[in-house]
Parts: sequence; C-alpha cells; structure tokens
Amino acid sequence: MINQWVSHLGRAVRVWLSELGLASRTLFAMLISGLGLWRRPRLITTQIHFIGNYSLVIILVSGLFVGFVLAYQGYYTLNRYGSESALGLLVALSLARELGPVITALLFAGRAGTSLTAEIGLMKAGEQLAAMEMMAVNPLQRVLAPRFIAGLIAMPILATLFTAMGILGGYLVGVQLIGVDEGSFWSQMQGGVDLYEDIGNGVIKSVVFGFAATFIAIYQGYQAQPTPEGVSRATTRTVVLSSLMVLWLDFVLTALMFQ
Amino acid sequence: MNYNGGLLKTQLAVTNLVEINNLHFAYGERPILSDLSMKFPRNKVVAVMGGSGSGKTTILRLIGGLIAPSAGQVLLMDEAIGKPDSAVLYRQRRCMGMLFQHGALFTDLTVFENVAFPLREHTTLPESLLHDLVLLKLNAVGLRNAANLKPSEISGGMARRVALARAIALDPQLIMYDEPFAGLDPISMGVTANLIRQLNDALGLTSILVSHDVHESFAIADYVYFLSEGSIVAQGTPAQMLASEHPYVQQFVQAKPDGPVPFHYPGISLAQDLGLEARHD
Repeated sequence: MINQWVSHLGRAVRVWLSELGLASRTLFAMLISGLGLWRRPRLITTQIHFIGNYSLVIILVSGLFVGFVLAYQGYYTLNRYGSESALGLLVALSLARELGPVITALLFAGRAGTSLTAEIGLMKAGEQLAAMEMMAVNPLQRVLAPRFIAGLIAMPILATLFTAMGILGGYLVGVQLIGVDEGSFWSQMQGGVDLYEDIGNGVIKSVVFGFAATFIAIYQGYQAQPTPEGVSRATTRTVVLSSLMVLWLDFVLTALMFQ
Repeated sequence: MNYNGGLLKTQLAVTNLVEINNLHFAYGERPILSDLSMKFPRNKVVAVMGGSGSGKTTILRLIGGLIAPSAGQVLLMDEAIGKPDSAVLYRQRRCMGMLFQHGALFTDLTVFENVAFPLREHTTLPESLLHDLVLLKLNAVGLRNAANLKPSEISGGMARRVALARAIALDPQLIMYDEPFAGLDPISMGVTANLIRQLNDALGLTSILVSHDVHESFAIADYVYFLSEGSIVAQGTPAQMLASEHPYVQQFVQAKPDGPVPFHYPGISLAQDLGLEARHD
C-alpha cells in the first residue's frame, strides 16, 4: 500500500518536473526567438491592440464597480472611527497596491488568456502552425513571442486604467452619493499615496502577473491536444492555472514588498 | 566558379531529390514505419498509396522534418534532413512546399495575404512586385479573382488550390501533397490532379503525392509506392500496378472490402463474442 503511494507520488513528481522542463525550454526558446522582433514592431502592436483593446471594456467597467463597492465598504468602516475623510486614501491604496493588479490579471486571464489559448490551440488543430514550420517560419517567433510581449506591455496599462476607473468610482459614490468632503477625499489621497512605494509596487506586480498569465495562456494553446476537446481543456486550464498563479504570486510579492 | 554555383551544380547533378534509407519510426512503443527505403527522382510525380494508418502522412512529416526518425535517414539533395528547430532544417524547408490535407490556410488572412505570407516572411520585395507575384500565383491555380475573399468564404477545393498557390510561392524544388483529393467533388478532384501534374512539369518540381485515390493518382503519377503497415508491399509505374497480381494491390485498386486488409478488426470471432462457442485462450 505504502509502496503504491510512493510510486504514485514519484510518478506525479516526474510528470510535473518534465512539464516544468518543457515549459522552461519553450519560454527560453520563445524569448530568444523574440529578440528578432525588434525589426518587426508591427507584429507586436497588432497583438497589443488585440489583447489590450479587446479587454478594455471589461477592465474599465469592472474597475468602476469595484470602486463603487470599495467606497461603500470603506465608508462603513471609516465612519465608525470618524475617519471618513480618509476614504480617498483607502480607495487609492487598495486599488494601486492590490486590487488593481490582481483583479486586472484575473480578468485578463478570463478574457484575453482564454482567447489566446483558443486561438493558438485552433491554429495547431488546423495544422496552421505545422504549415508555418513547413514554410520555414518559426511559430515561436511569429505567433507566440509577439503575443507574449504584447501581454507584458498591455497588463500594466490595463491595471493602471482599472485603478483610475476604480478611483473615479470611489469618488462618485463617496463624494457625490454619500457626501464625503471632496477636498479631503483628494488631498488625503495626494498626500498618502507614494509614487514608488505604492504605485511602483503595483506596476511591478502587474508586469509579473502579465508575464505569468500570458505565458500560461500561450503555452497551454501551444501544447494543446489538436482536437476540439483538447483545445477546450487547454482553455479551462489557462483560467485555473493563471488564476492560482496570480494569487500565489500576489502573496509572494506582497510578502517581499512588506519587508 | 564560385561556391554557390558549384553547390547548385552539385545539387542539380543529384538524380534523386529525396532519398529515404532504412528508415524506422515509432510513436512511443508503437512502430509506424519499419526498414523503409524509397527514392523520389527529380521532376517526377511519385505517389505513395496505402490504406488509412499505413504511415503515408508520417513519411511526409519525416521529409519535412516535423518529426525525426528513430533510425535510418532522410536525404534531401544528398544532405540529411536537419534536426528539429535547427538552422539546417529551416534552410532545407525553403526548398520545400507542402499542401496539407485541409489546406491549413490562415483563417484570419485573405486569400491574397495567405499566398503573400511566405513572400513577406522571407523576402524584402517591394509591395508592387509582391502584389503582381501573388496574383500570378493565384492565376496559376485559377483563383486570381478570389484574392480578396477569406478562407471561410471559399469551398474546400478552392482552399486547397489557394494552399497550392501558397506552397509554390517561393518556387520550391520539392512539393508534398497530403491527401489532396480527400473530400473533393469530381470536378474539383480533376482540377486539382491536373494542377499537380501541370505545375510539376511547368515549374520543374518534384512532387510527392500521398493519396488513397487510385484513379486520380494513377492518372498523374510517374511511379507508385504501395504501403501497408509501415512497409512497402509493391512499387512500380501505374501501369505495372494495375497489372500487378499482388493481393494487397489488387484489393486496393479494385476496392475489395475484404482481403489482406480484413474487413473486421482483428480479435475474437462473433460467435465467441456472443458466447456461442468455447473461447480458445
């Protein structure tokens, strides 16, 4: 019985290590091949438009609603201690340090990540990647690398927009609806938010999340079984793995940044 | 004589554009091809025929370097096919074109952009010249006026012709066709078969045709290999194959439902399965 458990565990570790090795090799090969893209920036800008622009609506609307809720919940707590004038600071810090990068990355995984996985998986199933290879065109450079770089660039921009919309949402509910003083709302925010400590750390987080979520999405598509079921499973794995990875990385980064 | 000139002359002097010697290939433990040797002479159309699962498409993938052999070698112009992702392999692939079974067109690009794709990737031709070149390639397959359509707006037969135009865009020396007639209506099939032969002769190509369509393949091929379970069971000209008394060739050519390739998947008999007869284990 114990032997069987050890055997199962050994096999699982071996499979995990081999998968990790393959993913690292793909990442390395993609980064190396991506160096050649500086001569063809158009491939990257097209993908930034695809990944960034198409995720814009969901990011902006979500940011606004998260700001609404933050203002209500923040006011409820701060009001108990007579500190409702700090509502602007609470909303801004929560969004810039934590909620902006994390929720953006989760939404990104669900919107752009699944789209990337499905697109690359279907290209594989339709033999488009094999056709590209037969035309002496490296799919890692032509298909994967531009999408990866675009994800890296798009994520911090989307997170910043999410945060900005969240602050706007907090202002609308806190100041316009509840009646918190407008001057203290903005001045506390201006005085309490540090450019490097708060906004800088948020940007670093969103770049790391962009790296993880985009690579998971394109890798899952690239390694998908070339069947409808295979692509469907890969798309599901993208959401699950990206979400878990983002939350785990958030914990690690927050712990590091607090030190 | 410069080096490139010498190399070109040496390459042209090679009679067989592609040679396969004592090739073995397996997916894990499952053997697909065993001890296979084939020759594909220059400027000829060679058909590789056999039933489903006989390893035909695997041969094309091995020649294209999409997979690597377990043993033996594949030679292109007397040079072994490079390892996956190697610079040698990418150089060799520029001499090849491949027509996939369903065309494998890029669905987000128009017909024009599909054919222009390899030219944009590998050349720095001015846009006006590229435009004319693409239209000439499309004209060769009769689809110049479909240049602005998307792959979803054209039929399966047309998609394969577009893929053919794309495959010849860089003027390759070798072109491989994977089941080019599968799922086509008789008119499209005839058009595709004529195109394969005409392009081969007009452009001085060497063509490898993987198919199980006897009529169309025999009409255009110079030489035929018959493959069964990963080995060559018969070879010769189409006329020789029609006259062959080999049971596999006869079953295949005459489309007999039973023969060396059994109708029933191997296993226990129906009587045994229904419990009407004692099992012999």
